[in-house]
Amino acid sequence: MSTTRHPGLNLGPHHGKADDTAEVEVFGFWVFMMSDAIIFGLLMATYVVMSGNLNGGPGPRELFELRPVFIETMLLLFSSLTFGFAQIGMKYHPHPARMIIWLLVSIALALIFVGMEVNDFITMAGKGGVPQASGFLSSFYALVPLHGIHVTAACIWAFAILGQIAVYGLDDEVKTGMLRLGILWHFLDIVWIGIFSIVYIGGLA
Amino acid sequence: MTDKAAEKRKEQLSYAFGFGYALLLTVPLFASVAFDWIDRSTLLWITGIAAILQIVVHFRFFLHIRLKGQTKEDLQLILFTTLVMGVMGLGTIWVIFNLMSRM
Amino acid sequence: MSDLWSLIFGRLTLDALPVMEIIHATNGRELASGIVGTAAAGLAVLGALYLLYALTKYRLWGPVWRNWLTSVDHKKIGIMYIVLALVMLARALAEAFVMRTQQVLGDGGGGLVSNEHFAQLFSTHGTIMIFFMAMPFLTGLINYVMPLQIGARDVAFPTMNSVSLGFTAAGAVLLMISLVLQPFSTGGWTGYPPFTEAAFNPGPGPDYWIWAVTLSGIGTTLSGINFVVTIYKFRCDGMKLMDMPLFCWTSLCTSILMIFALPPLTVATGLLALDRYFGFHMFTNGGGGNMMNFANLFWLFGHPEVYILILPAFGVYSEVFSTFSSKTLYGYTALVIATMCIAVLSFTVWVHHFFTMGQSANLNAIFGIATMLIGIPTGVKIYDWMLTMYRGRVRMAVPMVYAVAFLILFTIGGLSGILLANPSLDYVMHNTLFLVAHFHNMLIPGLLFGMLAGYTLWFPKAFGFILDPKWGYRAAYLWIAGFVFAFFPLYGLGFLGMPRRMAEYFNGAWFPLTIVALLGAVLIIAAFACLCIQLYVSIRDREALAVPMGDPWDSRTLEWAVPAPAPEWNFPATPEVEGRDAFATLKEGGYDLRAPDDGYHDIEMPRNSALGPVLMVSSTAMAFGLVWYMWWLAALGAVVCFAATVAYGFRRDTHHIIKAADVKAEWEAFCALADTTPRIPRSLEQTTQNMGHAIPASEEIIS
Repeated sequence: MSTTRHPGLNLGPHHGKADDTAEVEVFGFWVFMMSDAIIFGLLMATYVVMSGNLNGGPGPRELFELRPVFIETMLLLFSSLTFGFAQIGMKYHPHPARMIIWLLVSIALALIFVGMEVNDFITMAGKGGVPQASGFLSSFYALVPLHGIHVTAACIWAFAILGQIAVYGLDDEVKTGMLRLGILWHFLDIVWIGIFSIVYIGGLA
Repeated sequence: MTDKAAEKRKEQLSYAFGFGYALLLTVPLFASVAFDWIDRSTLLWITGIAAILQIVVHFRFFLHIRLKGQTKEDLQLILFTTLVMGVMGLGTIWVIFNLMSRM
Repeated sequence: MSDLWSLIFGRLTLDALPVMEIIHATNGRELASGIVGTAAAGLAVLGALYLLYALTKYRLWGPVWRNWLTSVDHKKIGIMYIVLALVMLARALAEAFVMRTQQVLGDGGGGLVSNEHFAQLFSTHGTIMIFFMAMPFLTGLINYVMPLQIGARDVAFPTMNSVSLGFTAAGAVLLMISLVLQPFSTGGWTGYPPFTEAAFNPGPGPDYWIWAVTLSGIGTTLSGINFVVTIYKFRCDGMKLMDMPLFCWTSLCTSILMIFALPPLTVATGLLALDRYFGFHMFTNGGGGNMMNFANLFWLFGHPEVYILILPAFGVYSEVFSTFSSKTLYGYTALVIATMCIAVLSFTVWVHHFFTMGQSANLNAIFGIATMLIGIPTGVKIYDWMLTMYRGRVRMAVPMVYAVAFLILFTIGGLSGILLANPSLDYVMHNTLFLVAHFHNMLIPGLLFGMLAGYTLWFPKAFGFILDPKWGYRAAYLWIAGFVFAFFPLYGLGFLGMPRRMAEYFNGAWFPLTIVALLGAVLIIAAFACLCIQLYVSIRDREALAVPMGDPWDSRTLEWAVPAPAPEWNFPATPEVEGRDAFATLKEGGYDLRAPDDGYHDIEMPRNSALGPVLMVSSTAMAFGLVWYMWWLAALGAVVCFAATVAYGFRRDTHHIIKAADVKAEWEAFCALADTTPRIPRSLEQTTQNMGHAIPASEEIIS
């Protein structure tokens, strides 16, 4: 069994130089993700300590809805799976078609997620759930949309990679870029586990 | 080339298994909130444990972090991050709730 | 008209100019305050204009752009960091001098600057000294030295290195702009809400602070990632982690702290920005906000930060003691373990910065004990350094003067720290000048002397000539005396109950010691002047002071194995080493000046990139727009930042090749020079006979 050189899917020796540079680049990106993880961890802790500060405003039971959050969770989980397939496509097929299709599916799932999340925020705002209403809502809007912004940024990055494929084809830089994007993609799913557990299930249970 | 095909199949299966485990750790949770199966404090405990398990599942099956057969830095890094996040997150909760309880 | 003005300039009006303080002055003190502010702003503007003029007159725009600003060479980036640090040091020292003067004149309510102006001074002084003097200085040293010490050609991500510098410089530029378009924050370097909230201070000051600190924080996080990956993945063959020079170890631990300790700062400043710009209630005192969480988040960053600052200095001292005692470091393993202990413990003591906030006694006690524990690994280090000198061939060169002063003064500061770590004593000392004396006692002999020792030690490696020792001694002794006179009186003032950050007071008992402290500040200004003269004299006499053979101090680590200044490619072939003190081993075996074993090869080096300077300019523009509500500028800056980053992803031609023949020619010329350059004994180290070619200490003792 081959050893893994870095987190996430490994290209393997038959990709030559891309596999070598990936070890350093993916490790570097992984360190960055761990730094980012601290930001999310602290925002979650802040949410926990502020979740009681309702200031007479609406609380979680009035504002949160379980059904869209469940669908959003499934969308992210599916997109993790499809992104994995995109990477496997890249690893085993010299022609990028298969990878591009799976990547587009992943992007679509992530964008639907973002759209549904924005819709949640609008619904919440309609019930008086705006960040200015209370410390609880401020800490909610500091945490959850930041994850949404990360997902959006990941989608933009994915489009940039598609652009690079259009210009250069499936070259080494595209491959290592896909590996790093994969780390971000799966990492955001992990952050979402924390969010739905602490914010939504914690608020609605 | 059959080697390659076998490896590909193994990797696809890894993602599929990860997906399956993640579903198992998610769907019942949402269902028990929706249908009010268990009381709140038990559910919160179960949610916490399920979240940690699911994070391990994602690390194992999607990010391919293993205890053996890899460069050691990645695992060390995750463990150190967990330590720091534990100190900072639990520390924040401890300090601020301690302050609140005295107001 | 006013609509158009605010569309373009936001809330920026002529009132932002410091000269308006003179125009609106109603008494002598306000007039003096205005004159001080205007003079400082004028100096900044004149300095910038002179720089532009000189660059244009001597046709330097092209060379500076090609050879420096867009360079991704770790050595040049390191030098630029240190230049930035020294410039900012000059400003923050001048501010300290004004503050000392004010506290002398402030007895009975008089003074040189207004209370408002004084508050800006201590805010900028602290912000600059931490984020724009100490951090760039140590990042610069790590950048220059660490890749050479581990036998690498560059850091892991050279372009990101330039981007880190860009973000740090952007924050520094923002601070310089705040000198001309006022005011800066009055909330101190910690920027505690609710004082910095929109309800109390709706002006641009806290916004300047937020964005300057956030930008430099992002730069620092990226630097930390870069250094960690470099140390983990780019060590030369044979160099195990436990063989690395101690400076690399402290760099590694500092970098790990940078990666994990800067996020809390980003969270704290980011949430404060949400409060100020969007009316959130994170830290407000109404609406369900919790201002105590800011202190918590800030010090989750702030405490590891002081170890980010001190660890590289510990690394420098380790190199200095070992080099100038001609001995291998005593207790290497203990030093490494102590460094790691300090790094981990630093995450567990943040509450000692707010013992008085109201948490329970047990919680305070736990953090007090954890704080005292840090004294143990630090004490281990002090003993190891002293034992490194024991029976060594000790030379009191300039870096050694700083190092010995550090040993004594830092221990005194550590003892006052143990006092403060006791919560019940801290209740008495909190927010007095005793605290100010304590942390300056740690940071000046600890960090700053370390950085100056490192600057003196490695200057010849970077520029090919040593710094004039005569002016070096003058600077070092003035720094030491200046520090003692400026800060030991503050311990006394703390005991007398004088609060920190006080512009005026009505207690005559404090007056005499403030005069002594002012005298200390004068000595420190003189010390800085000596450093400037030293630089001038050394550049003037660079031919006589030249050390082309690159090893002026008979050092023991790999960076001294190459010519001075170090060539772009660092090593003709990546070295293969065994054990600690790699270069000392090579010298003793006579293997230091040889052709690479398996011949010369083409070397692939990273190509220059404009991404760093582009991000610097656009992020400065974005932050400036956010400070003054010039929304178009903020948006423009953000778009350019974003577009430049995406466009960079489309770049492919990222490397250039240095021909094996060129490397061979340069290295052979270097080896040939060695044959005609006399080796010198240690007794001639600080003379002009030192050409950087040392008789190894072991041979010298035998002969």
